[in-house]
Amino acid sequence: MSEIIAFVAQTIRIAIPYLFAASGGVIAERAGVVSLTLEGFMLTGAFAATLGSYYSGSPWIGVLCGIGGGLLFGLIHAVASIRYRADQIVTGIAINLLAVGLTRFFLLMAFDSSSNSPRVAGFGVTGDGGALTGALLRNPLVWLGLLGIPVVAWLVHYTPFGLRVRAVGEHPAAAETLGVPVRRVRYFAVALSGILAGLGGVYLALDQHQFTDSMTAGRGFIALAAIIFGRWEPVRAGIACLLFAAAETLQIQLQGMQGIPSQFVQMIPYVLTIVAVGGFVARSTPPAALGKVDA
Amino acid sequence: MTASAPAIRMNGIHKAFGPVHANRGARLQVGTREIHALVGENGAGKSTLMRILAGLYAPDAGTVEVGTPSGELRDVTGWSTADAIKAGVGMVHQHFMLVRTLTVAENVVLGREPVRGAMLDIARAISDVKRIGDQYGLRVDPARHVGDLSVGEAQRVEILKTLFRGARILILDEPTAVLSPLEVKELWSVLRRLRDDGATIVLITHKLDEVMDVSDAITVMRQGETVARMDTGAATPEAIARAMVGRDVALVTMRKEDEGPRNSLEGTPRSAAPRFALSVNSLVVTSRGRRAVDGISFDVAAGEILGIAGVEGNGQTELIEAIAGLCPVTSGTIALGGRDVTHASVRERTEAGLAHIPEDRHRRGLVLEYTVAENLILGDQHHYATGARRAWALDGRRIEANATDEIQRFDIRPPDAELPARALSGGNQQKVVIAREMGGAYEVLLASQPTRGVDVGAIEFIHAQLRAAREAGKAILLVSAELSEILALADRVAVMYGGRIIATLPRREASEERLGPLMTGATDTTRPAA
Amino acid sequence: MTTIGARQRVEEALLPPLVALLVALVVGDILILLVGQSPGAVYRLMLSGTWGNWYGFGQVLYKATTLLCTGLAVALALRAGLFNIGGEGQLAAGGFAAAVMGLVLPAGTPGIVAIPLCIGAALAAGGLVGAVPGVMKARFGAHEVIVTIMLNFIVLALLNWIVASHLHVPETLHTPAMRAGTLSRLMDWISPFHGSAANTSLLIAIAAAVVVGWMLFRTRAGYELRAAGLQPDAAEYGGVRVGRVWIKAFVISGALAGLGGINYTLGYKHYYEEGFSGGAGFLGIAVALVGRNHPLGVVIAAFLFATLSQGGLAIHALVPKQMVEVLQGVVILAVAAAVPEVRRLVQGVRAGAAR
Repeated sequence: MSEIIAFVAQTIRIAIPYLFAASGGVIAERAGVVSLTLEGFMLTGAFAATLGSYYSGSPWIGVLCGIGGGLLFGLIHAVASIRYRADQIVTGIAINLLAVGLTRFFLLMAFDSSSNSPRVAGFGVTGDGGALTGALLRNPLVWLGLLGIPVVAWLVHYTPFGLRVRAVGEHPAAAETLGVPVRRVRYFAVALSGILAGLGGVYLALDQHQFTDSMTAGRGFIALAAIIFGRWEPVRAGIACLLFAAAETLQIQLQGMQGIPSQFVQMIPYVLTIVAVGGFVARSTPPAALGKVDA
Repeated sequence: MTASAPAIRMNGIHKAFGPVHANRGARLQVGTREIHALVGENGAGKSTLMRILAGLYAPDAGTVEVGTPSGELRDVTGWSTADAIKAGVGMVHQHFMLVRTLTVAENVVLGREPVRGAMLDIARAISDVKRIGDQYGLRVDPARHVGDLSVGEAQRVEILKTLFRGARILILDEPTAVLSPLEVKELWSVLRRLRDDGATIVLITHKLDEVMDVSDAITVMRQGETVARMDTGAATPEAIARAMVGRDVALVTMRKEDEGPRNSLEGTPRSAAPRFALSVNSLVVTSRGRRAVDGISFDVAAGEILGIAGVEGNGQTELIEAIAGLCPVTSGTIALGGRDVTHASVRERTEAGLAHIPEDRHRRGLVLEYTVAENLILGDQHHYATGARRAWALDGRRIEANATDEIQRFDIRPPDAELPARALSGGNQQKVVIAREMGGAYEVLLASQPTRGVDVGAIEFIHAQLRAAREAGKAILLVSAELSEILALADRVAVMYGGRIIATLPRREASEERLGPLMTGATDTTRPAA
Repeated sequence: MTTIGARQRVEEALLPPLVALLVALVVGDILILLVGQSPGAVYRLMLSGTWGNWYGFGQVLYKATTLLCTGLAVALALRAGLFNIGGEGQLAAGGFAAAVMGLVLPAGTPGIVAIPLCIGAALAAGGLVGAVPGVMKARFGAHEVIVTIMLNFIVLALLNWIVASHLHVPETLHTPAMRAGTLSRLMDWISPFHGSAANTSLLIAIAAAVVVGWMLFRTRAGYELRAAGLQPDAAEYGGVRVGRVWIKAFVISGALAGLGGINYTLGYKHYYEEGFSGGAGFLGIAVALVGRNHPLGVVIAAFLFATLSQGGLAIHALVPKQMVEVLQGVVILAVAAAVPEVRRLVQGVRAGAAR
């Protein structure tokens, strides 16, 4: 029993950043803006949260700063790809490079280190299985992260904003003729994705009580994989996040047994995504206007 | 002129897109409770003018005024789509502006959603759509996904969208292009009902019979300018046509009189033993799970033009693409000069003597960023290459010589082989396609909408080329949405409906009166007159 | 008319990178001032540390070699309308295959045999990794961006596993040294290059650029490849089998990125090491973008980015070298934003006038 609880707790702990990033990414993608940027949003969020928490001593200030960091990068992405109609794949790569460069630059400036920040105040406690559950339950970001997917699902399917997001991502010209402010909807969606993915980074940094260089380590891409594997449906994407996290947990817990090499477990999300886009299981069809700038 | 106060007044409208001047001082005045036809050839600037009225474009110069409910005119120049909608101006676009993945109700309420608290009130959306639909006879299930609708139903959704927003001024851009004659009749009755309810309707069209059928008044545009305004009661088709093209001569080409093709054929092959250059047998083409071509058989002989008439979307595109090798054949056979090419590659068909003027030159016929010279070898590129299996270097000098030659023979302007194709006018772009396809050796020509979107001069040139090719013994399969073009060129006319050929008539038995009902799928009851 | 058309094309090609460099310069100034240094001094140091001395210049040449290959890979794929983000994995696979080939060959195999075999292995491995997204797109309609991104992670994890469990030298993350097939360093011929990693694979990379240029603009294959990239429907109409072109383009693209791997394995370290690429696969996208997908432009851009990255080390005493990473991101972002803007300015808006 306690093993099961430990497994669930560990899975949730790993899944929270994915859930945040995927819930953000799914909105941006449904609005027609490519989300290769999640990795960069997360990294910026994590770094900004560390800065905020370090200088204020309050993790809540850290959260606010992290939101601000994600939002700032979300807006950079939005201006480049919506206002300037830049290729969204290229901007995505640039945003990620920029996030790595800027966080490294300011890590060195602020903390005089090229690898990690000092310990900062956070919510989580890193520890063994028993303590982990309690720490998780007391971490408000865990609850927020678990709520992210249902809220986004509700937003997309049951609100006027969601209807507009879906329309703008499928047929922006049609939305435009009805007076839907296509650009504004997209700006809003991308900004929201920056905030949510940024929170994923905030969780990471505050959970570990520090920022380390490139600490997101590809989590943004796993979230993207979950979105694609979930066929751009928020709930399915959330389930994919949990699935990927469970696989990682399994790998960690089986480590002692010398079973499957860890590299193969790491591959699972990526292989599943390729299988999904290849249409081998159920075809993954992206929003029709995804990545197309012109309304 | 209508006695009532105008509902729309546009004056001195200028609009340019880069080097292209779409509107050059255009005018339009429409009275309330009026169905007003805005006519002109393709490219005359009708759609641009109406998009300005609907707030999609801002004019470079000129004023736009719209009548208010109190009967005064309000200057609304340069307003936004949202403003236009708010003021009761709605536009039904030629290419439907519908989100396929959303339901009918979601499409209709988009941008003006009924809410309950923070939530979308979808139940009210559905009941609203149902109510308006019932009121004007626009029946369509609000809960269905738009992707599953027929073309006629999709158009009803478009009209519902404008009515839901309380449109008093309704603009319809070429609404009948995709409709069968029966659906057109239904549309007219809806429009009359709307007018009688107090709406003002502007109908963009280039079909004169529609103008005479439904409109109260007419404005004619040519090359971005307004050239005439008349009341329909006092107008004749000839007068409108003259205003549209600016001269009499074109009227003959546009409106076929009964002096179509005169040659020795009239449905019978020239030689005693018929040699069919193109034979299609029991052809079936499945596209998106639908039998787009549903068992078609025909032959085209050398020295003959077979015209395919029909409302667009009845399988003509798939038929041509299957013969050209651009979409797979489900069953049946295609033969060129007696050789089976059902599963041959495009290149093999080209080498077997097939030439193809595609219906969409911007998508298929030209690589717009390539130069004229590069475009003139498209499909023939291996003949300009050297080395083993012609895989290697292209011979620049021969490409240039070919371009110089064809630019001169087909009068392509400007005569500059190094210009990208996108810089040419529509007519000259089409001449590049024609030069490439008809300038070399071929036996069978597929000509799909060969004069779509080109000016009158180019139409005459292209028709002359097609006639000359027939005289030179080529077999031609002509597909055109313009019945007049079919009647002006074809030796035999086949009517396509629902993926089948439902009748084939020799030219002398084909007339607009007889072909019209056939195009709607009606069985042919008319016996040949002679 | 011709001159106008030609001038338009030149403007469209050159303006965005120039604008981007200007923007990067401004951002660079801000960062330098933030650190409390003088921009002039920093840029002078950057130049003298790269083009100003033999060692620095040698390092620029070395770094440019890999970037040239990955940049060509991205550019060629883009000409076919394909976005190859898999450079990172293809580069690693190429380097790994070359190192393994050099390991398998008996010691003392003459270079004339061993070098082509090792290069062939790099090309084949990169091409194989490239073939996956090509086939997936042509046969199943899978979007190549998603496939290449995911494949990067898979290939790198796979190589990590092979090296970690079977091939590494104890206490390290690299394979044993090659026995044959190594390339000579430039310093063997030109002694002032002493200490720099520049090697003869630079010449191979430049030769690759020449071949790619010839292929793209002078052959039937290039004509068909570009047509498929610009307008796949028109290419298909012109008898081009677009699916096959996609596969071919992806294989060649992957092979070019794989070729970049020899710079490190054959030319410099003589073994494969985890993470040797240092992001050169991703930077290839920047190189292709700034080089406007033209082989000549790619050569210039490769040198530009190599200068930046070597320059970062040179200025480290004054400004953190991470500034260069920021600038790389800024350049990419600015070029991407400037391309559509410049096109609109140069061509004028071509909207639905005829519709």
